Amino acid sequence: METIDALNVCYYDLNSLIDNSIETDNNDITLKNVFGQRYIGRGLPKKAKLKIYGTPGNDMAAYMDGAEIEVFGNSQDAVGNTMNYGKIVIHGNCGDTLGYAMRGGEIYVEGNVGYRVGIHMKEYKEMKPVIVIGGKAGDFLGEYMAGGVIILLGLNLVKGEDVIGRFCGTGMHGGVIYLNGSPDEYKFGKEIVKSVDVTDEDILFLREHINFYKKMFNKQLDNLKIEVFSKYVAVNKNPYLNMYCTY
Amino acid sequence: MLREGKLRIPSGCAISGIIDRKRNKFNGEEIIKSIALMHDRSNGLGGGFAAYGIYPSYKDFYALHIFYESLSVKAQTENFIKRHFDVEKAESIPTRPVLSIVNIPLIWRYFVRPQAQACVSKDDCVDESDFTSKCVIKINTDYEGAYVFSSGKNMGTFKGVGYPEDIGEFFMLDTYEAHMWTAHGRFPTNTPGWWGGAHPFTILNWSVVHNGEISSYDTNRRFVEMYGYKCTLKTDTEVITYLFDMLVRKHKLPIEKAIKVVSAPFWDDIEREKSEEVKNELKSIRAVYANALVNGPFSIILGYEKGMIALNDRIKLRPLVAAEKGNRIYVASEESAIRIICNNPERVWSPRGGEPVVVLLEGEQE
Repeated sequence: METIDALNVCYYDLNSLIDNSIETDNNDITLKNVFGQRYIGRGLPKKAKLKIYGTPGNDMAAYMDGAEIEVFGNSQDAVGNTMNYGKIVIHGNCGDTLGYAMRGGEIYVEGNVGYRVGIHMKEYKEMKPVIVIGGKAGDFLGEYMAGGVIILLGLNLVKGEDVIGRFCGTGMHGGVIYLNGSPDEYKFGKEIVKSVDVTDEDILFLREHINFYKKMFNKQLDNLKIEVFSKYVAVNKNPYLNMYCTY
Repeated sequence: MLREGKLRIPSGCAISGIIDRKRNKFNGEEIIKSIALMHDRSNGLGGGFAAYGIYPSYKDFYALHIFYESLSVKAQTENFIKRHFDVEKAESIPTRPVLSIVNIPLIWRYFVRPQAQACVSKDDCVDESDFTSKCVIKINTDYEGAYVFSSGKNMGTFKGVGYPEDIGEFFMLDTYEAHMWTAHGRFPTNTPGWWGGAHPFTILNWSVVHNGEISSYDTNRRFVEMYGYKCTLKTDTEVITYLFDMLVRKHKLPIEKAIKVVSAPFWDDIEREKSEEVKNELKSIRAVYANALVNGPFSIILGYEKGMIALNDRIKLRPLVAAEKGNRIYVASEESAIRIICNNPERVWSPRGGEPVVVLLEGEQE
């Protein structure tokens, strides 16, 4: 168990301290007084476990390779940028472009998230990234989404507030978005459509991830009804197939 | 020289602002600490600050801050100033040596009042502020090597080439007391960094700090130049300052309408508007001021005599976070830059794209 006081430590040095700790097999690391240092947890392997107190900076967990990160506070932009494996739990809100080009692993956010969350997420064979958000999301949720899953629970919304902003699923060509409720159609892009085909598998998947959310954030959520969730998928899986070359 | 891939500059400009709505004053240390936290967003080619309420003993005078590249242009410019203004005080702006701040121009300030006869002798001059802004534009256009970089009352900007925390140290901002501060750390993308090109950009009491790029710059520039402005500073942000000065001071638009001009709602959003009156108004704004729509990625903080406005482009292509504690409102590119100077804010939020954070000083109305 290693504790690092991050106050006034430059991001480069802080990440080196974390690397050194893991090299000597001190894999449980607590960071205190974090103020905006970038790239925390970048590329970290499976054995690493980080607890972060404060406000970690942009590109947290970029290219992360299996580590677990728990943040006690809000996170900034581009969390989980191109991450491969691992798990992130954020006890707070999160900024823009969460899960940017994410390739695998899971991210749980207790509260709200910003714009362009899940932009260009992708999946391949067994790798299927998942983002679970407790509150609402800003515009362009799942923009250019190519794979993976986003779940929005829409908890604690003020009356008249919607679970998503505008342009949801713009340019989407893969993956699934589950929303609590069915927002107005004008909020979605042209390339996303509501699926009528909600299977038992979908319900099971939702339940499993909602249960983990409840456990991590210690919530009851008795009023949350899985039946009212709607499922959104891409209209076309390969819209530009013939644009650059024809077969 | 390091090749591509060997060197990474993870920059992208930083902005920060603090306002105390009850006009309680505080020195520049907090804003420096906030902008310094985002050091890596800028690359040392520009930093600057705007401070409101700093010249109470000269509050009725325009404070002209000027960079000079030579003593001869200084003499010529001062001659122009003396012919058009009564000069209450002229002095070089105090600085302290900072190792990283080099190639320093002559930096002077003048507390001035337009000469009564000068003001009436010009046909197209409507009032003091108009006269002053015209003179500022005249100096910046015609006197090569002289740049008026601040011209408001009871406010001032301090800027230059360097990291913002070094610029703050250089200008001794810990010795100034203001009720509102804004700051900028620069990463110039389209122009070389130079002293006049650092943010904030100001005209009269307006100041703008900006993170982003204005794709509509030339359209906007041509539009404001039809109304007597001249874009002389070789950078896009300048035009936002003139747009606001024109819309609010000259065209007398309320601030919330001026915001709708520069960050106009989408046509389909206007179509969905339920009230016919609002719908027609928004349509007129877009029609009349089509060339004042600011397009491209931006987050900006505007300062003026009534308060502070923070605004994003409509689809939020640049970051902006706001927080509130007591009398104070904070805005910054990153939440950590607020938290480093504000323990446990009562409220932290991310404004939506195109949705302004408007903070008026106590007693002020839109």
